[in-house]
Amino acid sequence: MKFTLSWLKRHLETDASVADICEALTDLGLEVEGVENPAEKLADFTIGYVKHAEKHPDADKLRVCKVDTDEGELQIICGAPNAREGITVVVAKPGVYVPGIDTTIGVGKIRGIESYGMMASEREMELSDEHDGIIELPSGEVGQRFVDWLAQNDPAKVDTMIEIAITPNRPDALGVRGIARDLAARGLGVMKPCDVDPVPAAFTSDLTVSIDDDTLDGCPVFMGRLIKGVKNGPSPEWLQDLLRAIGLRPISFLVDVTNYFTYDQNRPLHVFDADKVAGNLRVHRAVGGETIMALDDKEYTLQAGQMVISDDNGAQSIAGIMGGLDTGVTEDTVNVFVESAFWDTVQIAYAGRALKINSDARYRFERGVDPAFTPDGLEHAVRMIVDHAGGEASEMVVAGQVPDVSRAHKLDAQRVISLVGMEISESQQRQTLTALGFRLEGNMAHVPSWRPDVLGEADLVEEVARIASLTKLVGKPLPRLAGVPKPILTPMQTRQGNARRAAASLGYNECVTYSFIDQEAAALFGGGDDATMLENPISNDMSHMRPGLLPGLLRAVSRNQARGFADVSLFEVGHAFHGGEPGEQHVQVAGVLVGRTGPKDVHGEARAVDVYDAKADAEAVLSVMGAPAKVQVLRGADAWWHPGRHGKICLGPKKVMGVFGELHPKVLREMNIKGPAVAFVLYPEEIPLPRAKSTARAALKSTDLQAVERDFAFVVDANVEALTLVNAAVGADKALISDVRVFDEFIGGSLGDDKKSLAITVRMQPADKTLKDAEIEAVAEKIVAKVTKATGGVLRG
Amino acid sequence: MTDDLKSKYLGLIANASDESILEDLRVAALGKKGEISLQMRELGKMTPEQRQTAGPALNALKDEINSALMAKKSGLADAALDERLRGEWLDVTLPSRARAAGTIHPISQVTEEVTAIFADMGFAVAEGPQIESDWYNFDALNIPGHHPARAEMDTFYTHRAEGDNRPPHVLRTHTSPVQIRSLEANGAPIRIICPGRVYRADYDQTHTPMFHQVEGLAIDKDISMANLKWVLEEFVKAFFEVDDVELRFRASHFPFTEPSAEVDIRCSWEGGTLKIGEGDDWLEILGSGMVHPKVLAAAGVDPNEYQGFAFGVGIDRIAMLKYGIPDLRAFFDSDLRWLRHYGFRSLDVPTLHGGLSS
Repeated sequence: MKFTLSWLKRHLETDASVADICEALTDLGLEVEGVENPAEKLADFTIGYVKHAEKHPDADKLRVCKVDTDEGELQIICGAPNAREGITVVVAKPGVYVPGIDTTIGVGKIRGIESYGMMASEREMELSDEHDGIIELPSGEVGQRFVDWLAQNDPAKVDTMIEIAITPNRPDALGVRGIARDLAARGLGVMKPCDVDPVPAAFTSDLTVSIDDDTLDGCPVFMGRLIKGVKNGPSPEWLQDLLRAIGLRPISFLVDVTNYFTYDQNRPLHVFDADKVAGNLRVHRAVGGETIMALDDKEYTLQAGQMVISDDNGAQSIAGIMGGLDTGVTEDTVNVFVESAFWDTVQIAYAGRALKINSDARYRFERGVDPAFTPDGLEHAVRMIVDHAGGEASEMVVAGQVPDVSRAHKLDAQRVISLVGMEISESQQRQTLTALGFRLEGNMAHVPSWRPDVLGEADLVEEVARIASLTKLVGKPLPRLAGVPKPILTPMQTRQGNARRAAASLGYNECVTYSFIDQEAAALFGGGDDATMLENPISNDMSHMRPGLLPGLLRAVSRNQARGFADVSLFEVGHAFHGGEPGEQHVQVAGVLVGRTGPKDVHGEARAVDVYDAKADAEAVLSVMGAPAKVQVLRGADAWWHPGRHGKICLGPKKVMGVFGELHPKVLREMNIKGPAVAFVLYPEEIPLPRAKSTARAALKSTDLQAVERDFAFVVDANVEALTLVNAAVGADKALISDVRVFDEFIGGSLGDDKKSLAITVRMQPADKTLKDAEIEAVAEKIVAKVTKATGGVLRG
Repeated sequence: MTDDLKSKYLGLIANASDESILEDLRVAALGKKGEISLQMRELGKMTPEQRQTAGPALNALKDEINSALMAKKSGLADAALDERLRGEWLDVTLPSRARAAGTIHPISQVTEEVTAIFADMGFAVAEGPQIESDWYNFDALNIPGHHPARAEMDTFYTHRAEGDNRPPHVLRTHTSPVQIRSLEANGAPIRIICPGRVYRADYDQTHTPMFHQVEGLAIDKDISMANLKWVLEEFVKAFFEVDDVELRFRASHFPFTEPSAEVDIRCSWEGGTLKIGEGDDWLEILGSGMVHPKVLAAAGVDPNEYQGFAFGVGIDRIAMLKYGIPDLRAFFDSDLRWLRHYGFRSLDVPTLHGGLSS
């Protein structure tokens, strides 16, 4: 919303400075977004006097002028037809920036004769579109600053423009008068009266208006007056200046009047050329499919139910949003019908959104205009039209009736103080509300008709608080809860934090990737269906909610590889979406390792990453999340894993805490990943919570007796899993065997392609007496028997 | 006699050049047939008086030779070790064995910082769905279907299959739905913060379609806007690690709070660096207000009995301000150079007792 200082002063008697006004506006909730002072860009222009002018010897249209300025006499070449001796002009000396032509004046030669400046037109100073000649001032001293002259003689030209942001609850501030009211309530001035002397009715309008019964809920009242015999044309200077100052283009007087009241009092109006209206006007609902050429020169097709104003020829105006071109006024209009109607906010909002029309009228009607002002707004406009453009006005044509929006809410002064936490006396509270137009009866505050947003006690609190100024609010400590703060994170939150720190410690860089991803990538990882699709994605790259974290991480890897990083380790902790309903999301911790373990190095240790790197990291991260150490490693995870080189880390076949492995080569190709890539995905929510509540640990059992280690090598079928063999060995004597480690695997060779050798170290820890050889032998035999039974393997000779 | 032996052997030991010579000397002196051993045997033939002087002398000689042998032996070993070590030179300026150092993303770090501060003031951390029903995201927050705020929020909607006439779900545009869900589940009084991802269909220099927000909610019987201001002042001081800060509350409007205020902090941009708490500029960082009675009612809390405040702040935004990160879009690009430069070390866990940043 834009307005100017002089416009504000049409409603507010004030001496406050622009700075004070702006500060107050922002504080009141009408945030100042910009201030433009046209005087600033004209500050260097000064007044001069043309002492002498003669034709340029080499150009018919140029004159060589001697101009008196504050810097003495200057020679200026000028092409304006009115450049002549004896006129007072505005001079831009060398070095002055001229905004209208975006040029800084320099000393130059024009057709061989030197010129020391420029005499300016109104357009060159962006004062108007006038460019027929240079400015001739009726007064002014040589050397006087032009802006000072303007301030004295034509203040509208140096009117400061202020732009404020309007929150949706403040339609009243979409009129300058509403802004003035806020400032007056704050104490920055006194409201001026805004009464209107209605133009007496000279005749009864033969143009009438009706509202269909089914449209009354959207258009409770429609008023108008027919004015006959007006002379349309350009608006008076002051009106053009005001409109131009806020960035509106003056069109013709009749149109400018409607724009003026739109901004002056938040009262959108419409003017029909009565001679182009066939029959009478009817407000009704579109059946759908009607077309209308609107004032923006675009054709719109109405949808069933949208409100429209029609005459005998069809739709002539999109109700409350934009008028039609066919019945619009032109320079030639002599009989004009002025419309002032009230439209339902919700219906205008939906219609405007559906038709995609952003007009000043829609903007205001969907936020709410003052219904009670409907007749007054009409009278103001008719008065202005008749006073300037002449003509006679009809009696008022009325359809429907002004809706009654009167209501009152209780002002509870104590509640205001309790909510805001500021001592604002009851009398001050009442005074504030009164200044804003509320009427107080006892402790009931009657809401002014221009404040549709005030719907309850809480709204009264807001009014009192913002006028009192929240800037003055002094913080009061929020009472602390007694004692040392209790822990506030849930075990799941702690788990995610730990996982994050652990992964970073293991060398992974944490990423935060978008929750949406392209369908192709989503589909590779079990997603990309319609349930997780966005209706209005911002681009095709972000069309589906991610089914997991891997696709986003792999896309990130690919981008980094393109930047020249071959070896990448990334991880992310975040939500994945297994459906499109609220709550169909789960937490994942995912990491990817791509390329080699590091750059080539003097120690020769760098090597391609492999499955066991991913497994180690998965185990480490699971461990800090509190996962039990004893797990099953199963196969058969989803299709994006290498079928033979992955494992699910499980507690039973249904409880999958995580998956690690190589990614399927096809997936890597599709995702454009170069080199080996392994990954893990962990599911923190699947890790059981610790059962014990006690912090005490079980007693440590330790012994001074020496542990004994024995190695065994077994030849087994190549597809026998090491964990089966280890578990079998442990089972030989659970009390005695404290650890079994695989330390060698040898496949093929002399054993044949379908066999392999697995070597284990078994550590036996006696508890009460030193082991004797015979005892060790006995256990060894049991181990061999158990392993043979479980795996079919034999002890290697 | 013993003196001769002593000087003879000590001299020979001192001159011995390796361990085998020393062994020979030991045998020659102390071996079964060694000179000193033979002399010891002679003791039996002596009178007790002679024995009384010769015995201790011989024993002392034996001990002395033994000590000299030991000392020389260890001296020779040391010399040999020194000699060996002289050849064992390594270029210690070679690179160490690689040990990868990972990083924590600024979003995670700052979320933990915020959590640490609010935990101290008794706020728990609540979370909720990112795909939300329009009721939780809008209606319950006093934003009905026609409200201009709905259109202004650039909401992402989820696809609805043909024939499914339910209103589409939305990607939450703020974490406020979590407030409603928490109130529904736990009632009042309550103190929570709700950090998390939020979504708006907007992408340019300063907007990304996904960003992070943390909202706070405190409901009790007598919580006022003055309490809100204090909480925010304490938060800003603690977060930006400054002793003093000035906040400016400006009246504003949000459908879910009343009164509502935008919060600015006093700052300076001198030399292109942000300094919080000094200077003449104001930086808008927060939206806040007293929870609207309709919102409390929608969440099943009696607005006649309970009142309180809510606020929201962008996590990415305060991360950028605090750590001087220029471009929001880079947060989500996973550029390794960016992650390493702006990321945090794994053990830099922010705490109030140890300091938020280090």
